[in-house]
Amino acid sequence: MLEPLAAIGRRTLTWLARLGRAALLLVALLREASIGWQRPRLVVEQLHAEGVHSLLIIIVAGLFVGMVLGLQGYNTLVHYGATGSLGWVVAQALLRELGPVVAALLFAGRAGSALTAEVGLMKSGEQLAALEMMAVDPIRRLLAPRFLAGLIALPLLTAIFSLCGVLGGWWVGVGLLGVDDGTFWGQMQAQVALGYDLGNSVLKSLVFALLVSWIALFEGYDCTPTPYGVGRATTRSVVHASLAVLGVDFLLTALMFTEV
Amino acid sequence: MDKSRGIEVAVGLFVLLGVLALLGLAFQVSGLADWRPGGGYEVVARFADSSGLKPRAPVTLAGVRIGEVTAVEYDAERFQALARLRIDGRFRELPRDSSASIVSAGLLGEKYIALQAGGAYDYLKAGDEIQLTQSSLVLEQLIGKFLFNAGSGGGNRPPNRGNVGPPPEAGDPFAQ
Repeated sequence: MLEPLAAIGRRTLTWLARLGRAALLLVALLREASIGWQRPRLVVEQLHAEGVHSLLIIIVAGLFVGMVLGLQGYNTLVHYGATGSLGWVVAQALLRELGPVVAALLFAGRAGSALTAEVGLMKSGEQLAALEMMAVDPIRRLLAPRFLAGLIALPLLTAIFSLCGVLGGWWVGVGLLGVDDGTFWGQMQAQVALGYDLGNSVLKSLVFALLVSWIALFEGYDCTPTPYGVGRATTRSVVHASLAVLGVDFLLTALMFTEV
Repeated sequence: MDKSRGIEVAVGLFVLLGVLALLGLAFQVSGLADWRPGGGYEVVARFADSSGLKPRAPVTLAGVRIGEVTAVEYDAERFQALARLRIDGRFRELPRDSSASIVSAGLLGEKYIALQAGGAYDYLKAGDEIQLTQSSLVLEQLIGKFLFNAGSGGGNRPPNRGNVGPPPEAGDPFAQ
C-alpha cells in the first residue's frame, strides 16, 4: 500500500544525494586545481586528448554550420534586398549562439563521453581505489587535470569553430552567391562589438566547459563499477551535459543579451 | 620522450590555433582594426546627409565596384558629413567633375556611393574633393513629402506625360 510512496521518497533521496556528491566533487575539483601549476605536464597530456583530438570535428562542423548559415541567411535576406547584411547575420549568430552551444555539444559527445568512460573504467578496474591505497588523491591526480584541460580547451575550440563558421559563410555568401566582399566584412565589423559579442561568447564557452567537464567527470567518478554501469554513465554524461548546456544557454542569453 | 615531445608540440599547436582564432575573430569579425593592405588613392566628398553610410561600403561607377568608403566623419565647419573614399589604384582616370550620390541597394538594403563620371579632361587626384554630391535618400522624409503633396491636392493630378500631357492648371505655383 505505502510501497509506491516509499519508492518516490527513495528515488528523491537518491537523486538529492547524487546532486550533493556532484556539488562536493565540483568543490574538490576547484580546490585541487592548483595541481595545474605544480604538474602542468598532466594538464598538457589531457589537453592533447580533449583538445587536439576534437579539432577535426570542430573545424569540419564549424565550416558546414557557417555554410548553412550563409545559404539560409542569403535566401531570407534576398527577399528584402538586404544581402549585404549577410556577414553580420552569420557572425553574430555564430558568436552569440551557435559557436558556444554547438562546440559545447560536440565537446560533450567527443571529449565528455571519453572522460566518463575513462574514469568509469578506472573505477571499475579499482585503479582509483589503488591510488587511494597509495595515499594519492585520485581527484587531484586524475580528475583535476582533466577538468582544467576542459576549461582551457573548450573556449579555444569555440573560437576555432566560430572562425571556421564565418569563413564557411563567407565562402558561400561571397564566393558562390555573389555578395560583395567589402560589404560582407564591413557590415560585420560595423555591427559586431568586440567586448559585447566576442566577450560574451568566450564567457559562455567557459561556463559550458565547466558544465560539460564537471558532469562528465562526475558521471565517471560516481558510476556503478560494472561494464553495464560504465555504459549507462557514459550515455547519461552526454545526455545530461547536452541538456545542461542548452538550458544554461537560455539563462545566459537572457542575462547577457536582453537589452538588444 | 619522443612521444611526449609530439604531444607537447600538438598541444602547443592547438593552443596557438585557438588564440589565433580568437585574434582573428577580434580583428576581422568585430573590426578592431582594419589591416587590409592599402592601395589606390583617397578622395573626399561632403554630403548634407549621410544617414546609413558606413565605413567599407562599396563605391561604384556605372554599377561596377571601384573602391570603398574608409571613414564617415563630421565636418564641424560646414555642418556636413565628410566621407573618405578609397578608390582602387586601377581606376586612376576619373574626371575631376564626377559626382557622387549615396544610394541604397534595394528598399532596405545598405547604402553605398555611386559615382557618375563627368566630362572634364583632368582627373581626380589623391586628396581631391568631389564637388557635386547628392545626399542619401531618407525614406521617412520621402514619405513625409509625398503625404504633404497628396494632402495639398498635388497627388491627385493625372500623371505627367511630358509635353503630350494636359497643360498645367493656371495659378499652380509648381507648374513646369
